[in-house]
Amino acid sequence: MNDTPAAPATIVVATDSVGVVEPRRIAIEQPLKLDCGRTLPRFDLMLETYGTLNADASNAILVCHALSGDHHAAGVHATDDRKPGWWDNCIGPGKPIDTRRFHVVSLNNLGGCRGSTGPNTFNPDTGRQWGPDFPLLTVRDWVRCQALLADALGIRRWAAVIGGSLGGMQVMQWAIDLPDRIRNACVIAAAPKLSAQNIAFNEIARQAILSDPEFHGGRFYEHDVVPSRGLKLARMLGHITYLSDAAMRSRFGSELKLAAPSFNFDVEFEVESYLRHQGQSFVDRFDANTYLLMTKALDYFDPARDYGDSLARAFRQAQARFLVIAFSSDWRFSPARSREIVKSLVEADRDVSYALIESQLGHDDFLMPIPAYHDVLGRYLSRVADEVERA
Amino acid sequence: MTPPSPLIDGALRPDLAVISEWIEPHSRILDLGCGDGTLLDHLARTRDVRGYGLEIDPAKLSACVARGVNAIQADVDDGLRDFGTDSFDYVVLTQTLQALARPDLALTEILRVGRKAIVTFPNFGHWRVRLQLMAGRMPLTPSLPDEWYDTPNIHLCTVDDFEALCESRRWTRLRRSLLDSALRQGKRITAWPNLFAEVALYLLED
Repeated sequence: MNDTPAAPATIVVATDSVGVVEPRRIAIEQPLKLDCGRTLPRFDLMLETYGTLNADASNAILVCHALSGDHHAAGVHATDDRKPGWWDNCIGPGKPIDTRRFHVVSLNNLGGCRGSTGPNTFNPDTGRQWGPDFPLLTVRDWVRCQALLADALGIRRWAAVIGGSLGGMQVMQWAIDLPDRIRNACVIAAAPKLSAQNIAFNEIARQAILSDPEFHGGRFYEHDVVPSRGLKLARMLGHITYLSDAAMRSRFGSELKLAAPSFNFDVEFEVESYLRHQGQSFVDRFDANTYLLMTKALDYFDPARDYGDSLARAFRQAQARFLVIAFSSDWRFSPARSREIVKSLVEADRDVSYALIESQLGHDDFLMPIPAYHDVLGRYLSRVADEVERA
Repeated sequence: MTPPSPLIDGALRPDLAVISEWIEPHSRILDLGCGDGTLLDHLARTRDVRGYGLEIDPAKLSACVARGVNAIQADVDDGLRDFGTDSFDYVVLTQTLQALARPDLALTEILRVGRKAIVTFPNFGHWRVRLQLMAGRMPLTPSLPDEWYDTPNIHLCTVDDFEALCESRRWTRLRRSLLDSALRQGKRITAWPNLFAEVALYLLED
């Protein structure tokens, strides 16, 4: 490789990237009955797809995003984009979710704020932005609208549904609610339901937003303001739960940035400037009403509730093979929570493999290209692709 | 201890072949320390056996996943807690008993989770072991290939020791198979099991 000429400077997209991708909007002109009792007469979903759908539409993978994710999972929108999609290290030619073999569908969930119908889009009945009138959603609602999307795309059965964190919860719900439409379920860094501690963190995040004077009961769009202080605080709090104590220590330490304390509330420690930066950049790209809605969907998630509080009974509905992955340093949805999922799947006599990945960062590790993680996910999916291609 | 390769010239290792014959078709099993999943894969294909393997090594777990064998990353002590009483027809523990912190407690757990247990271990009463000890050195044999300082084997036992434990706990010995270093059966072993068996296999019930 040494004697090959240097690549021209204009090529910035790596060869294992899906390259420049274009998001598109799909209109679902069909009423969607929601768990809250209300019905959406129609809705739009933003999505991106990578890789080619085969003739019998059997090689499709659905990627479900987490709390703050969107449809832009891989590739770039323009060659001079600073950052690729949120899961670019995992989706692409030769990557664990191999776009040479699979057709990958990634969407912005209903209620999101990146173009899909949600609180910041216009309610046709009122001509105003939905704001607080947008219905609160559940993971079951998302699965229903993703199934309508699959219908629109001509995909009868997913080769796999994959997701981390809140995305992993959608995967479980898919397997339980629509068992004949999902062959494989990859549940990563998830939990079978939230703990009281998880809900407590979400509640503080919500209170931060709700108590911001610029929230205006969710109608801040009409006041031309953003509840930036509340949203920023919510995100700062979230970030604490995404990182392990050890990761924070090694990344930021607890040394003063200056030689001596300045005895005021300016940024004096690295971790303060990190959290303020994360909070601020989130305000620029995320919607406060969507944040409230997403945290409620997390809190409500409990597939066992419909089955006499027995997760094993819930999983007896499923037909998919499962791959469950947890990360050793994750304390938000710790490996013990994944083990609850595995235990119930074994009790329900379902096919399941479970990998515990040695990691440092914390919950965010599900987005990192950890070799052992990508190895086990890649080998699992390679077998799925073999089966699809053999059929 | 690094267990010998599960396949020899493409055929199932003789001790695993014996185990396979003991397992009733269509049963549900748990294989503790399942390695790359060879036994489970073999049982699924030949006897319609369903089950799961427990494996702590990520590379081996990944090998199981690649061949479509259900594998759960956990060690024996930790992993068994998650399973209900009598949730498997058989729980299999091959060549790992001697590396456990408390083999007696592990066996009790195994017989709780499984209706039957299949346990194999290297016999520390084998003549080669005895000779080397008489010569004043810790033994190195085909089934005990590690030096004393880096062996994971902390609770070695003889065939007679194991049977004494079974008797004291009132575990029923349903079947026994004793193999030499080539993992084959023979007349000498039948006559003097504690002296000539290199590897011992038991099918137990409580």
